[in-house]
Amino acid sequence: MAVVVFAENNAGSFKKASFEIVSYAAAIAKTMGTSVTAVVLGSMEDAVAAELGTYGASKVVKVSDVSLDTFESHAHAKALAEVAKAEGAKVVVLANTYSGKAIAPRLSVKLSAALASGAVALPEINGSFTVLRSVFSNKGFANIQLDTDVKIVSLTPNSYKVVADGSAAAVENRSLGIASGDFKSTSVEVKKVTGKIPLTEAELVVSAGRGLKGPENWHLVEDLATTLGAATACSKPVSDMHWRTHDEHVGQTGITIKPNLYIAIGISGAIQHLAGVSGSKVIVAINTDKEAPFFKIADYGIVGDAFEVLPKLNEALSKFKAAN
Amino acid sequence: MKILVCISNVPDTTTKITFSSDNKEFNKAGVQYIINPYDELALTKALELNEAAGGGTVTAIHVGQADAEPNLRKALAVGADDAVRIDAAPIDGFFVASEIAHYAKDKGFDLILCGRESIDYNGGMVAGMLGELLDWPSVNVITSISINGGEAHLERDIDGGREVLTAKLPFVGSCQKELTEPRIPNMRGIMMARSKPLQVLPVAANTAHTQVATYAAPAPKAGCKFLEPTQVEELVHLLHTEAKVI
Ligand SMILES: Cc1cc2nc3c(=O)[nH]c(=O)nc-3n(C[C@H](O)[C@H](O)[C@H](O)COP(=O)(O)OP(=O)(O)OC[C@H]3O[C@@H](n4cnc5c(N)ncnc54)[C@H](O)[C@@H]3O)c2cc1C
Ligand SMILES: Nc1ncnc2c1ncn2[C@@H]1O[C@H](COP(=O)(O)O)[C@@H](O)[C@H]1O
Repeated sequence: MAVVVFAENNAGSFKKASFEIVSYAAAIAKTMGTSVTAVVLGSMEDAVAAELGTYGASKVVKVSDVSLDTFESHAHAKALAEVAKAEGAKVVVLANTYSGKAIAPRLSVKLSAALASGAVALPEINGSFTVLRSVFSNKGFANIQLDTDVKIVSLTPNSYKVVADGSAAAVENRSLGIASGDFKSTSVEVKKVTGKIPLTEAELVVSAGRGLKGPENWHLVEDLATTLGAATACSKPVSDMHWRTHDEHVGQTGITIKPNLYIAIGISGAIQHLAGVSGSKVIVAINTDKEAPFFKIADYGIVGDAFEVLPKLNEALSKFKAAN
Repeated sequence: MKILVCISNVPDTTTKITFSSDNKEFNKAGVQYIINPYDELALTKALELNEAAGGGTVTAIHVGQADAEPNLRKALAVGADDAVRIDAAPIDGFFVASEIAHYAKDKGFDLILCGRESIDYNGGMVAGMLGELLDWPSVNVITSISINGGEAHLERDIDGGREVLTAKLPFVGSCQKELTEPRIPNMRGIMMARSKPLQVLPVAANTAHTQVATYAAPAPKAGCKFLEPTQVEELVHLLHTEAKVI
């Protein structure tokens, strides 16, 4: 019996979401009176893999088959299922990233295990196993009861605090014999966005809407994002009009995000927009219209013209950054 | 090509979501249902792929109850050739995927398209589960697709970027914004849809892995603290000391 956690890695190093899910898995294991085995697929130095012990993994199983350096949902789900079975996993935890979303459903079928995707809190385990996840694009939550012997939970990034109070874990290298036939699709090229903080992983987000009037004014938004170390986002009409690229569109029909801070500039706060961002911990709205719906869910609001407020806010933030 | 498109029936995006007083049910009264926006993309793309290939059929499938039939008719009006409804009250993504896999397994489909996720339960699981149940490849969040001689050339969103990939038919794809613009039915389509076949089939596998124990509304917000446009330094100070996010 164990809690098995899939610690995604990006070219040999972990992202924060992996530390979050190992910490989360450690809390689950504690309740269940068992331990955490982390699984790493693809090339990585043992010393880096051992780091997962810091976040609560007792053991790291590393399948360093180089073919697994390229993500493919079928092959990765197969490898993960094999390790989960060998470890006697009762609970498998993944991050609800694009990769996690691609593997988890396949794994669920392979292990005949119920899947709760997009969990936002620790499960409650007492006879039954229920976990809270957001539904209706953040307009509500549902406690999902998982009725199978083995359970899979994929955790929404930025939903659980990283806990780093352990020490290096033992790393066990394992060979699984993943064959080329296990790869059902072929990666041709990976185009990583460089020099930008990926929106799905960002803790701070600066976002703007039609109130910015045109793409030529976005330097105001970008300056603020640069000063803060934030990612940039936008409302749907902004990406529909090609002022910004589609990957910045947040909302019910765009990306759902859950940053610590969301600054909404010149966005009215239509219900479809709010659905994608209302999970943010703190919201700042800047809008000329004091009746703008965004103010109903904002924590801080400035009724004012973005063209006046943004340069001043950027200056104030720069000063703050220099002093802290 | 013979393409199957999975259609989910979801509350209109403007719906205010409320739950019953015991938090056991979602209040459906007065809610307008639409085709899941991502499934509209899947449907439109299926039609475009067949137009590019010079022919083929598109079947729309829904696992659900009779009240979804107007939206299946809409799918027919947009251009699907026929529609299938598996008569059941779906319980979870596995339930839906099992029914669709059971229907599709011996019908010789070249491609199954789903949406990236349904905007009601946001599981994002049907496509991957279908892939595994049928032992087909599955490719998520597709933003571009073209098919040539039994092989698809695809682009999809990945964490922090894009991936270009290829997959052999048949496979299951889940559709993301940017793939295409949804088609709106025209008068002729609406007329034709009336006589297109809509088959109702009984539930086959009838299995679920999960159930909703309770719902919960988001915690109410404390209210907005308003600042003057000149108080930007105060805002920065509050974000640091009070909100503790910077
Ligand atoms: C099916 C469907 C799905 C949708 N999905 C999404 C989605 O996922 N995401 C999304 O964002 N939208 C979505 N929408 C669209 C949504 O309904 C709104 O139309 C959209 O969010 C409005 O964008 P906006 O706030 O940028 O523009 P507007 O509504 O035009 O608002 C602009 C705001 O800027 C303010 N403003 C103007 N000038 C200034 C200034 N100088 N300084 C400061 N403020 C200023 C105005 O007061 C106004 O509040 C969807 C709609 C539908 C029908
Ligand atoms: N009841 C259903 N009937 C048919 N297809 C569905 C149903 N529910 C979900 N789907 C398909 O699966 C996709 C992902 O849904 P989900 O896994 O529920 O987020 C949707 O976009 C649809 O294409």
